[in-house]
Amino acid sequence: MSAPRTLCAVLALLAAGTAGAVLSVPAHAQGDSEQIQKGRTLFVEGCSTCHGIDAAGVSGVAPSLQGVGARSADFYLSTGRMPLDHPGAEPLRSDPTYSTEEIDALVAYIGSLGGPPVPEVQPQDGSLNEGLRLFLHYCAGCHQVGARGGEVVGAFAPRLTDPTPTEVAEAVRVGPYVMPTFAESLISDTQLNSIIRYVEYTKKPDNRGGWGIGNIGPVPEGAVAWLIGLPFLLLVARLIGERIK
Amino acid sequence: MRQPERITLGLLALTSFAAIGFIAVYVTSGDTQLLGLSLGLALLFLAAAAIVAGLALVPQAKVVEERPQLGRAEPERELLQLVESAGLDAAGEPPPAEDAFTRRSLVIGAAGAAGALGAAIVVPLASLGTKVGDTIVDTPWQAGVRLVDDDGQPIALDRLNVGAFLTAFPEGADKRELGSPVVVVRIRVDELDLPADRADWAPDGVMAYSKICPHAACAISLFRYPLYEPTSPGPALVCPCHYSTFDVTRGGDRIFGPAGRALPQLPLTVDTDSNLVATGEFSGRIGPSYLSSRRT
Repeated sequence: MSAPRTLCAVLALLAAGTAGAVLSVPAHAQGDSEQIQKGRTLFVEGCSTCHGIDAAGVSGVAPSLQGVGARSADFYLSTGRMPLDHPGAEPLRSDPTYSTEEIDALVAYIGSLGGPPVPEVQPQDGSLNEGLRLFLHYCAGCHQVGARGGEVVGAFAPRLTDPTPTEVAEAVRVGPYVMPTFAESLISDTQLNSIIRYVEYTKKPDNRGGWGIGNIGPVPEGAVAWLIGLPFLLLVARLIGERIK
Repeated sequence: MRQPERITLGLLALTSFAAIGFIAVYVTSGDTQLLGLSLGLALLFLAAAAIVAGLALVPQAKVVEERPQLGRAEPERELLQLVESAGLDAAGEPPPAEDAFTRRSLVIGAAGAAGALGAAIVVPLASLGTKVGDTIVDTPWQAGVRLVDDDGQPIALDRLNVGAFLTAFPEGADKRELGSPVVVVRIRVDELDLPADRADWAPDGVMAYSKICPHAACAISLFRYPLYEPTSPGPALVCPCHYSTFDVTRGGDRIFGPAGRALPQLPLTVDTDSNLVATGEFSGRIGPSYLSSRRT
């Protein structure tokens, strides 16, 4: 067999394999099979280069998505963290690449491969006090007590003014990138509601002192104190001193 | 006595009162806000006294001494005449009037203020107390001490999923002791790469490390655990103050930052109720580094 003929045969086999994969619907698929089918098509087009045709992952490039569940897919797609520019880049929040409809289809497809669903949250049932206590214990180390985010060596901890309550719950349970994962054995759903209520509160905190200066902590507060203090000292120096004539 | 003189002396007296007040607060209540207020007022009054004295008391007359012409005698006498014509006496001071401000009163006022303020600065040295010695690195941990959470409840190993962390304390001991708090993390057993002599320190991948950074004693509150290890930084504990980073897979080895030594690890096991229990003391000296303890 000559070289071009071999190439043709390989291409034909590949095409057949892709078509077969696109057409086969997983046996345990649930819900709207048409939506799942659409999600699978989108997945093969946009995600399979890194995550593999069957979402089984590619060793050293990207993890398997079988069993991660709808909550993981919903988190990464609706916060615009996926798709990545290149494997190994840190997933950061941006505008979602896919439309809401497409995200629903992709989430339905990944969900059909097994795993936990998108969590339901009731922050209004949580306690703000308890939320602050738990947030200080588990979250504030990286995200700061005002939930304005920060930095871990090698990664950013995003500010929490952007995510929706559902996205916060998904992140706590999934542990995206290098964030720790908290299962229900450590943070119960009730406690999670309290944490989310606190996170929602930090979006519009009650600044008793007046001006919050972005609620990002002591550094800008100190800077403002200097900005007021230094001109004041200059003024005093001007008043008690005398110009050289 | 003229008005500015009275004001200056009054301000110096207020300085002394505030400084004595500082000492009184230090000896009695020790309330830090009152201490700050009294010391701040003392300095403020002193500054105000200096300003008033500078503006109103120091002679503002400008007297120009002509350069003596070469070969002319008796320049001293001419200078004296010049000074006298400015209304001052031979020592350069204004002639004493009946109710004038004297050097004596100013010296007494200033000395009183300086003495009181100096005493206020020196008295807090009493807080230095005796040498602490090794008590600062003593810990309540020993074999058989159970780990408890924030609420004082024992911690079942199963409460921690892989990739989770929790702050724990020794049962029945003071939480505020530097040697008390530990951060408990759980990683996969196949990720463990502990030194050979710590092989049984991490039941099911659960490990405890001192929460006190060995650099400057900040509370280590950042834990990173990768969701997908091949493309992310590895599992580590990070200190929020200066970003010292400790590899939890290798027994707390320092991999980044200013800390001079590894994060001390506490050996763990589970008891019959599958709660976490310490099996000994920390792997190294806990607490911050200073002079003799940078690397031990």
